[in-house]
Amino acid sequence: MTAVASIERLGALILDGIESLGNFFLFLFAALFYAVTPPFKLRLTIRQIRIIGAESSFLILLIGGFTGMVLGLQGYNTLRRFESEGALGTVVALTLVRELGPVLTALMIAARAGSAMAAEIGSMQATEQIDALTVMAINPIQYLVSPRVLAGLISFPLLTAIFDVVGILGGYVIGVNLMGAPGSSYLNGIANNLVAHDIVTGIYKSVVFGLVVMWVCCYKGYHAERMATGVSRATTEAVVLSSVLILVWDYFLTSILL
Amino acid sequence: MGETTGDSRAAGHHAGPNAIEVRGLRRHFGRQEVLRGVDIDFPRGQITTIVGPSGCGKTVFLKHLNLLLRPDSGQITIEGIDLTKLSGRALDEVREKFGMLFQGGALFDSLTVFDNVAFPLVEKTRLGRVEIAQRVREMLAAVSLVGMEEKYPSELSGGMQKRVALARALIHRPGILMLDEPTTGLDPTRIGSIHALVRRTQKRFGLTAVLVSHDVPAVFEISDRIAFMHEGRMQLSGTVAEITAAHDETFERFLAGKAAEEEESPAAAG
Repeated sequence: MTAVASIERLGALILDGIESLGNFFLFLFAALFYAVTPPFKLRLTIRQIRIIGAESSFLILLIGGFTGMVLGLQGYNTLRRFESEGALGTVVALTLVRELGPVLTALMIAARAGSAMAAEIGSMQATEQIDALTVMAINPIQYLVSPRVLAGLISFPLLTAIFDVVGILGGYVIGVNLMGAPGSSYLNGIANNLVAHDIVTGIYKSVVFGLVVMWVCCYKGYHAERMATGVSRATTEAVVLSSVLILVWDYFLTSILL
Repeated sequence: MGETTGDSRAAGHHAGPNAIEVRGLRRHFGRQEVLRGVDIDFPRGQITTIVGPSGCGKTVFLKHLNLLLRPDSGQITIEGIDLTKLSGRALDEVREKFGMLFQGGALFDSLTVFDNVAFPLVEKTRLGRVEIAQRVREMLAAVSLVGMEEKYPSELSGGMQKRVALARALIHRPGILMLDEPTTGLDPTRIGSIHALVRRTQKRFGLTAVLVSHDVPAVFEISDRIAFMHEGRMQLSGTVAEITAAHDETFERFLAGKAAEEEESPAAAG
């Protein structure tokens, strides 16, 4: 009897897991479907681009600048051992454009905008504002989720581009101006070795991360339990799950796009 | 948003006496069966108040009427259409006949009073800015909130928030108004004024109102009919006189319990 009960519990857990996973994917399909179905929510999408994109730009400038500076410092010290300081520009640019730019940007936006998004949608769920939209015959996915997903798809590559450019400048300032690496080879190295494929790889990654972060954060907020602890739990889960998925996807994307 | 004129509200496409008819409504959550076969009619142009002990399924039932929650089985018929068979745009069209006042108001925090009330018109109609502004001003006047247009919900008292929510629920001129515990969280002096406002607006707009309330017996004064819900079923329904005359033991125990609660804590009553 106990064994049967245990198997039943295990079966119920597996079924719940499959159902949750199904709901998770259906949520994304609905968000994408309504993003391209009238009535289009252009004003809301622009507002979200402002919140996710414009309002995050100072943070990205800061993080991008310091990441480039660290790369300049570490890169110079490492390359000097092999008397290859001239390759500093290439190392910094490739590291940023292919890897650190998309990943760090996505992690920062998940922490800044994604958490706020999960909390906002979660609190709307807890206070029946999402029910109020449904009662008014307004599709909450189309009104709340689709504009955010679209805004993520647009903002992430732009923020990543800013991160990359500022990071390369940061690397130049430290590597060339402070440490004394040759400036002309820093810039020429980038011009000669950074090819379109590297840039496209970075853009692909940032688009995928944009989708993942918005999807996870909106989903977690939308399915928050209707209480204060439910909202805080949804916010934490949104940031943790997005961060994990960014790093996992980064590995697979790198394997595919290398 | 589809609007209903006063005349068509009075007559309806299916001019039967009932605006909503519910038959055999069942719903369970996990292993708990919350609605166990609810049967009830809501007569057109009247306020029907659903009362019952906490946790008996009143709010869950109310949220089934416009399919915010879907039943496991049963029928909800409005103007000859079974709502439970509808989805997508057809369901949205029927939903537009409803206005709903949520327990906490459910006002959008990021919008001003004006934008909250205008929201259904902005999103669902092609009305011009001037006409929308006029309609919002009229509706705010109807709920005695003139001059509050630019305030945010967080700057308003609980009673004012309920008034704004009522204005928003009525702005698209629905035929049916649903109110989920409209006086929750209000002090006793405000409860009477919200009740009076509900009655006044219901009469003014000729609405069919379904009200879930725990303000027993105060809410009886504004109700045309009372339905007593107990253990997932409508145990009694009728006019106040009819259900009082029924001498139902469970209902009388519920009323006595309410009276005891009020004696223990008059300030928190309601």
